[in-house]
Amino acid sequence: MSLLKRHVIFETNSILLTIGILFVVAIGGLIEIVPLYYLKSTIEEVEGMRPYTPLELAGRDIYLREGCYVCHSQMIRTMRDEVERYGHYSLAAESMYDHPFQWGSKRSGPDLARVGGKYSDDWHVEHLINPRSVVPASIMPGYPHLAQRELETNALKANLNANRIVGVPYTDAQIENTIVDLRAQTNPDDDNVDAFMERYPGALVRSFDGDTDRVTEMEALVAYLQMLGTLVDFSLYDDKANLR
Amino acid sequence: MGEGGFIGVMVLTALLCFVIAGQALDMPMRIHTVLGALAAMAAAFFTLNRYFKRPAELPPQEIDGKPNYNDGVIRFLTLISVFWGVVGFVVGLVIALQLAFPALNFDVEFLSFSRVRPLHTSAVIFAFGGNVLLATSFYVVQRSCQARLAGDIAPWFVALGYNLFIVIAATGYLLGVTQSKEYAEPEWYADLWLTVVWVVYLLVFLATLWKRKEPHIFVANWFYLAFIVTIAMLHLVNNAAVPVSLFSSKSVIVWSGVQDAMVQWWYGHNAVGFFLTAGFLAIMYYFIPKRAQRPIYSYRLSIVHFWSLIFLYIWAGPHHLHYTALPQWAQTLGMTFSVILWMPSWGGMINGLMTLSGAWDKLRTDPVLRMMVVSVAFYGMSTFEGPLMSVRAVNSLSHYTDWTIGHVHSGALGWVGFISFGAIYCLVPWLWGRKQLYSLKLVDWHFWLSTIGIVLYITAMWVAGILQGLMWRAYTELGFLEYAFIETVEAMYPFYLIRALGGALFVVGSFVFAYNIYMTIRYGDREEAAAAPSSAAVPAE
Repeated sequence: MSLLKRHVIFETNSILLTIGILFVVAIGGLIEIVPLYYLKSTIEEVEGMRPYTPLELAGRDIYLREGCYVCHSQMIRTMRDEVERYGHYSLAAESMYDHPFQWGSKRSGPDLARVGGKYSDDWHVEHLINPRSVVPASIMPGYPHLAQRELETNALKANLNANRIVGVPYTDAQIENTIVDLRAQTNPDDDNVDAFMERYPGALVRSFDGDTDRVTEMEALVAYLQMLGTLVDFSLYDDKANLR
Repeated sequence: MGEGGFIGVMVLTALLCFVIAGQALDMPMRIHTVLGALAAMAAAFFTLNRYFKRPAELPPQEIDGKPNYNDGVIRFLTLISVFWGVVGFVVGLVIALQLAFPALNFDVEFLSFSRVRPLHTSAVIFAFGGNVLLATSFYVVQRSCQARLAGDIAPWFVALGYNLFIVIAATGYLLGVTQSKEYAEPEWYADLWLTVVWVVYLLVFLATLWKRKEPHIFVANWFYLAFIVTIAMLHLVNNAAVPVSLFSSKSVIVWSGVQDAMVQWWYGHNAVGFFLTAGFLAIMYYFIPKRAQRPIYSYRLSIVHFWSLIFLYIWAGPHHLHYTALPQWAQTLGMTFSVILWMPSWGGMINGLMTLSGAWDKLRTDPVLRMMVVSVAFYGMSTFEGPLMSVRAVNSLSHYTDWTIGHVHSGALGWVGFISFGAIYCLVPWLWGRKQLYSLKLVDWHFWLSTIGIVLYITAMWVAGILQGLMWRAYTELGFLEYAFIETVEAMYPFYLIRALGGALFVVGSFVFAYNIYMTIRYGDREEAAAAPSSAAVPAE
């Protein structure tokens, strides 16, 4: 057991012990994380992914703030029952602009990765205010304050900019027009709708809570929920091309 | 000189906080910066006050040739961990009841399950567990090095600074301040503050090791060191973020999507591995031999246990991401290492249990030792269950269900909870110079209430989790999914009730625990002069 005898050098030198620990614990993480950044197969090539509109991003921040991820996953696993229940299994590409990711770890409620378009805006508003009014057996808390509170936008432009710093491809025009785009998306009669649609192709433009006078937190959250999982065009997506 | 510099830094910190508070873009940022400014001013005031109140020289390192241990800070940490423990358990019971009775959310944003659940996890892991680790590590490193804790203000800075971090994190959750990364929810400014505190903690710990009289560093200290160093690494990488603005509580995480998922669970699983395992194994390696008055079973096993555990644990993260968009090679690595991890985990368990050899009779007579030994047994159970659940096929059923919640709690309540209770039951008489605990009978009550509570909890969650997993994948004869999602939620109701009952028993047990600790300190028989020299140097607190 001469090897164990050599262990004395670690036991008698705190700096060597510290360095030894750091070395040993660094290996696993390096091998599992670093390749995800250079292996091309990690993130599929898809059509349709775009950064969140200002309204969607604000809605996503409310989703984070309220802790929705505690009970709802956004990750459809590659299993038959999940694909039949929720839709096409989730692709890595679909969350590539998510800082941080929202895959979740527990389903006290159903997966939301493709909830976009499955229910009406009215249903969502009603459900968020009082879940048991539309799903009697639901155990979800109500969030009535969202409908009453106007969306705070004073840090939204800086938020888009911070997202750009960490790699989301927002253009100068998108950041410059943050508030303009926020208004345009919630009001189909707004003068800037065409410019907005050019900046965010395929985005939904409507009043998500039926009130065009003001933008509430509820409106932002519903806008976010209604686009979840709808960006990638699966008619153009080839599963086989991304086998890995 | 050190004091002057510290006061200067605190005054500057207070100023910076006030400037940010004045310009803050949101209410939580304003509240937290005012809180930070008040804390910094209080620190400066008490340091100044202490300077004027005592003679210029520092407390002696030794009195009559015996080390003059710094126990004041440990007493504070011990008491605050009892406090946070009770708070964390009660909050856990509340959210368990919310899942059974959603009306208990009261439709008030600050009380919704989704905001309170992170409060529960952080309160038990970081507030209760963290303070136990700080308290025991400061105790063990002094005793095993036969030296006074390094630093004068530094240990108190670590203790109070860490608890300030807890307060900022906890109030932040209720106000909706969160990064949404599980077990790493606090926002960028809280993370920065914790980094400062943690670096000072590492330095205090290392500097005390440097003062040791004995050439060898005791086993428990390896584990504490691994815990401190690795948590620092995980914290820095996982929380890397760009603040939206210096004046905003919001930040954007540097990592995204699949890479962020990998980083998060590399962090998340090793918060279990290094916070809840390595740190508490250090407690096992000191307190069980001490209480049983037996040497550690095998020195060689300790060495093998230590290095294999820390090397293997770090790989296990991807088992949280089976069948997701994480590349399969990473999932397979995570699963493989998780299964291998079973070996060092049980190696450690054997080392802890076998330390009792020749002293097994004490299990009958000493309920404190029994608590610690049962905690090691729970450790063995959950470190068997963990590798099982990391196998892809098992995970396809268990993931996203309450089975995971049950698994976590068999480790958290059984292992971390019991070893902490045991350590505190040992520490309190030692620290306050009491002959023994106020009542061993109450320890017995605590033990049985908690044990029955845990058994109810984990069995309910096993059934709930497996049931829900099976219902999700059930098909009718015609090939349609048999259950709507909401039916699988309804099926959980009886198990959520049983779980809440188990949790309630555990909470009652913790009240008994807190009462016993209070009575020991307040009315316990004082030990004669043989007790540790009263440390003359309790800073102004």
